[in-house]
Amino acid sequence: MPKTSAAVTQADYIKAYRIMLLSRVLEEKLASLYRAGMIKGGVFLGRGQEALSVSVGIHLHRGDIFAPLIRDQAGRLAFGDTVLDTLRTYLGSQLGSMRGRDGNIHRGRPRDGYYAMISHLGAMIPAVSGGLFARRLKGERGVVGATCIGDGGTSTGAFHEGLNAAAVEKLPLVVVIANNQYAYSTPNSRQYACADLLDKAAGYGVVGHKADGTNLLDCLQTLRRAVQNARGGGGPQLVVADLLRLVGHGEHDDGQYVDPKLKASPLGGDCLVIAEHHILEQKWATAEEHAVWRREVETEVNSTADRVRREPPPDPEEDDWAALSCPEYREQYATS
Amino acid sequence: MITYLEAIRLAQQKALATDPRVFLYGQDIASFGGAFKATKNLSKEFPGRVFDATLSEDAIVGMAIGAAIEGMRPIVEMQFADFSTCGLNQIVNHAATLYYRTGVPCPIVVRLPSGGTSGGGPFHSQSMEALYAHYPGLVVVTPATVEDAYTMLFDAVALDDPVIFCEHKFLYNHLKAESLPETSLPIGKARLARTGRDATIVTHGAMLHESLAAATELAEEGFELEIVDLRSVKPLDTDTILASVARTGRLLCVSEEWPWGGVTSEVIARVSAEGFGLLDVAPMRVNAKDTPVPYHPDLWSVHRPTASTIAAAARRLLLS
Repeated sequence: MPKTSAAVTQADYIKAYRIMLLSRVLEEKLASLYRAGMIKGGVFLGRGQEALSVSVGIHLHRGDIFAPLIRDQAGRLAFGDTVLDTLRTYLGSQLGSMRGRDGNIHRGRPRDGYYAMISHLGAMIPAVSGGLFARRLKGERGVVGATCIGDGGTSTGAFHEGLNAAAVEKLPLVVVIANNQYAYSTPNSRQYACADLLDKAAGYGVVGHKADGTNLLDCLQTLRRAVQNARGGGGPQLVVADLLRLVGHGEHDDGQYVDPKLKASPLGGDCLVIAEHHILEQKWATAEEHAVWRREVETEVNSTADRVRREPPPDPEEDDWAALSCPEYREQYATS
Repeated sequence: MITYLEAIRLAQQKALATDPRVFLYGQDIASFGGAFKATKNLSKEFPGRVFDATLSEDAIVGMAIGAAIEGMRPIVEMQFADFSTCGLNQIVNHAATLYYRTGVPCPIVVRLPSGGTSGGGPFHSQSMEALYAHYPGLVVVTPATVEDAYTMLFDAVALDDPVIFCEHKFLYNHLKAESLPETSLPIGKARLARTGRDATIVTHGAMLHESLAAATELAEEGFELEIVDLRSVKPLDTDTILASVARTGRLLCVSEEWPWGGVTSEVIARVSAEGFGLLDVAPMRVNAKDTPVPYHPDLWSVHRPTASTIAAAARRLLLS
């Protein structure tokens, strides 16, 4: 692909890095709340995937559509999700966007183009495609939709059906594969037989892009190009970023199955640390300034968590227990 | 004369004409007009509103969900109800959960050409209504008349919730009406298709007509059967069923579905739990046999309930 997109500036890089830092600190807090027994259910972290994830969210505009996956805290924050709603959803606050009816990474505000993932992998690809299809029918132009998936998710039928249908409709869709080497505990050798996941792009007739998932600059440049291609009418874009999941599948999992050789390889680099070094080397910030950034986000995360922990949980007596929106069916449904 | 199939086509035509949010999406439905011609000429009449889909039921429903989030009112056609299992995940886990989880409704209509026809075989004959009714968050309708096929499809499009529209293929060309009504009973209300004092048959879809034929047979023997056409299986109009059982004291449930965990079991469970004292004798039911739907017409015609097997069951119920 010709690199026609505008160059990533120092300001872009710093902005992205600070969202990554916020995401990392927020996720460390989530892990600590989980260990303290304050979060029910699972905690799924994006450690090691922040550079890729933030690069997706940061290139989307208000009015675009984004369906993140489980390791996209950074991308969510970049797209406009908040520390407050993240904590509310994880801690089950009644005031969160999901009102305790769904939790952790299953959150969104569909009316704002921020779709709430279901757990079934690949399912969000056709959903975002349908959103883009509707925008086209309504005459809106210049809209982009993006959704993220992992190496394991590429093996689902929904991934295939969704990407193929989007390609047939030439939708402005960006599908981002975080190739983090493991689907829960299953290594890529048991997941696919093509030489590179990027090979799939040609099969679907979509543009493919490869990124180094440990390198923020490369992720920013690649996603900028992919999003601009889609926005400009270039049809679906498939981005494959190689990296390593630096945590277990969830906080219940220690990931002991991860090959030590992979951890020691360049794939095992921590994108946040690499980006921090880059900033310091480039003298874009001093170590003192960086320490202030970290303290600021720690303060925000800790004070928000304290606030949310005082919020009420959902009240079973107050829930209307209605799965249908039509009021005329509620009475009949309730006795169903 | 207007057939049941033409009523479905006309309801979609009316929806397209009156609501700019409506579009149609499904396999072979554009210029070809659909496997059954339920969308014949609609792509010509409404350019840019009727789209052929890839052979991807999961993606078809997923696309419809995304479009609904963005304010559209998609009607999707499954070529056969049986193939909707390939889109099951999007229907039951995505469309059906969206409102409860996010507060954003999911106004999609999934049309399922349902039920058996002679020679259809195991994969082109299924009745899926109980499967979908099991999941919270879906409205499941089973129109049994030309009039209901028309009004209920139009009403389904207007509904803010996902609707599984089980249209019966056996009725497509068999049933005819002089004209179409403008309004009808709302979705969620059952209809008394025949009044009688001796026993109640609760049924839906193509089995309404087998049950009516059975009732005619029984009338010659001096028994008057009352027949409740459910119209929608979810929500289920328990009030109308109980009121009928209160009049007759006897209940026979008839469905083309398989017996295990189906509409007949649900109706009997409700009447037993909420109206046990209304029953003079134990309720009965007639379902399809608990095997895949057979291909050969001689096997198929015995696999499904028919007027004569329903009449035989009704006689046992009436004489017990």
